[in-house]
Amino acid sequence: MRSKVVLRRLLRNKQARYGSIALIVLVALAYLGPFVGPYDWTDKDFLAFLSPPGGDHWWGTTTIGQDMYAVTLRGMQKSILIGLLVALISTGLAAIVGAFAGYFGGWVDKTLMWGVDLLLVLPSFLIIAIISPRLREGASWLWFVALLAAFSWMITSRVVRSMTLSLREREYVQAAVYMGIPRWKIIFRHIVPNLSSLLIIDATLNVSGAIIGEAALSFFGFGIQPPDVSLGTLIAEGSRNATGYPWLFAFPAGLLVLLVLSVNMIGDGLRDALDPGSNS
Amino acid sequence: MGKYLLRRLAINVILVALAASLAYMLAATTMNPRGAYEGRQPPVAEAVIDATLDEYNLNDKTPVLVRYGTWAKGVVTGDFGRTWNGGSVNNEMGRRIMVSLRLLLIGTLVGFAVGVALGAISAVKQYKLTDRFIGVSSFVIMAVPVFVLATLLAIATYNLNRGLGFSLIEYTGEYNPRLSGFDQFLNRLNHLILPTISLSLGLIAFYSRIQRNMMLDVLNQDFVRTAMAKGLRRRTALTKHALRTALIPAATYFAFAFGTMFTGATFTEKIFAWHGMGAWLVDSINQNDVNSVAAVTFFTAVCVLFAAFLSDLLVAALDPRVRVS
Repeated sequence: MRSKVVLRRLLRNKQARYGSIALIVLVALAYLGPFVGPYDWTDKDFLAFLSPPGGDHWWGTTTIGQDMYAVTLRGMQKSILIGLLVALISTGLAAIVGAFAGYFGGWVDKTLMWGVDLLLVLPSFLIIAIISPRLREGASWLWFVALLAAFSWMITSRVVRSMTLSLREREYVQAAVYMGIPRWKIIFRHIVPNLSSLLIIDATLNVSGAIIGEAALSFFGFGIQPPDVSLGTLIAEGSRNATGYPWLFAFPAGLLVLLVLSVNMIGDGLRDALDPGSNS
Repeated sequence: MGKYLLRRLAINVILVALAASLAYMLAATTMNPRGAYEGRQPPVAEAVIDATLDEYNLNDKTPVLVRYGTWAKGVVTGDFGRTWNGGSVNNEMGRRIMVSLRLLLIGTLVGFAVGVALGAISAVKQYKLTDRFIGVSSFVIMAVPVFVLATLLAIATYNLNRGLGFSLIEYTGEYNPRLSGFDQFLNRLNHLILPTISLSLGLIAFYSRIQRNMMLDVLNQDFVRTAMAKGLRRRTALTKHALRTALIPAATYFAFAFGTMFTGATFTEKIFAWHGMGAWLVDSINQNDVNSVAAVTFFTAVCVLFAAFLSDLLVAALDPRVRVS
């Protein structure tokens, strides 16, 4: 029932509608586009190095003659996958750890928050930067996803914890306690749903954050490793000679921005739809 | 309170030691400082390389635990060792902290203050034109990663300067060493413009979003209505009661951002060629500079823990319930 109401509100929300349409178009472009294009992403055209966008190569070619259209779409597929997986893992972890720490208090709280502090002070950038270039086997990007997720949930879990501290004292939680409902069930049924507006915003910010994070690490060569491509590796290459050959920078950077923008729009629409106090 | 703070300090010291040691071990076992000497023309004798590396405590022929022992002894007495080519890590760090501080303090503070203010305004005027404008701009800016933003700013400035025929806004480096006195000061300010914009724009967008969401949650609550009902002016009720409560999550984020800002500005520093702490992290990894990597990590860990402490203080200052318990 509630989900129906939320869905109806969501469909009425302009931002969410345009965001979803944009995202669907982008995902379709990423996954269906390569079938339309004349070149495969592994092809190299030795007759056209650094040629500007035109009839044959729609978005131009790179320094080694790759077709920018095919390569960029291939990179976008990877970025979308990475964003979704990382967001799912990291928001889930943040909610569970934060709510348990805040609700149980005592030694559970102390241990979990100590773990959070430890992960926060561990040099995440350094660890990812040193480890990920060494993972060159087939599924290395999955390890990269795990690494990104492992280092991106801590701050949210602290926020969740501090909000749980005040939710714990609310009447409906107290009522549930006196009805004898087990504590883990209270957390999942009463605490976490009441944090949903924060969590959903966090999850959307995490999707875009992970896409940006992947691109950021790849910018320095610490992320996705060649011959695999992502939007990050393409932007890194393009930004080096962005003044001379703008199409190398413009297409991957533009698509990255559009992707992140559409995800963020959906998140904000969801917030309006989920918040019972909103007056739209 | 004193006992609590002391215990907290002890835990933090342990955490910093853990993080720095882990970084040292990771760097010492995987990085290869010898490579920088082996490839030289004319070739350097192996005995000479060994002697040099021994002097810097970087020799991979020494067991890693022995090297770690030497390094840890140095760190305890306040000496972070030598860089890969023999310079003092302490001097390098001191210089770079000042560079970063100059750049980041302004950027972070501007970002937080403007962001919170815009977010609060936006929430109060929900669905009005102001709100839409702030919302749309912050959406677009948040979707632009800092390395794209910085590259775009650099391209725009490059074209602007070329169009004008002289350098109106500088886009690389920290200052022009040929100037002196007041000109030098102005020149330094000029070099600050672009990095500060690139740094604070993202922060403004981020904080205004968080602040708007939190403020909206608070505005509908009873105590704000009570504050208005008891006769407070709307402005007082909004700033003293609603904003203060809604500031708590943003303050938590801010304290952390403050702690991580030194290494968080890596992209801005790299793209605008500032040699600060953030750029050092990337440079030291690329140069196989084990002691510098450990020093950057140590410094980052200290900053983060200081930030966590700061965030607790801020929350206690803003939330009376926390202070009482």
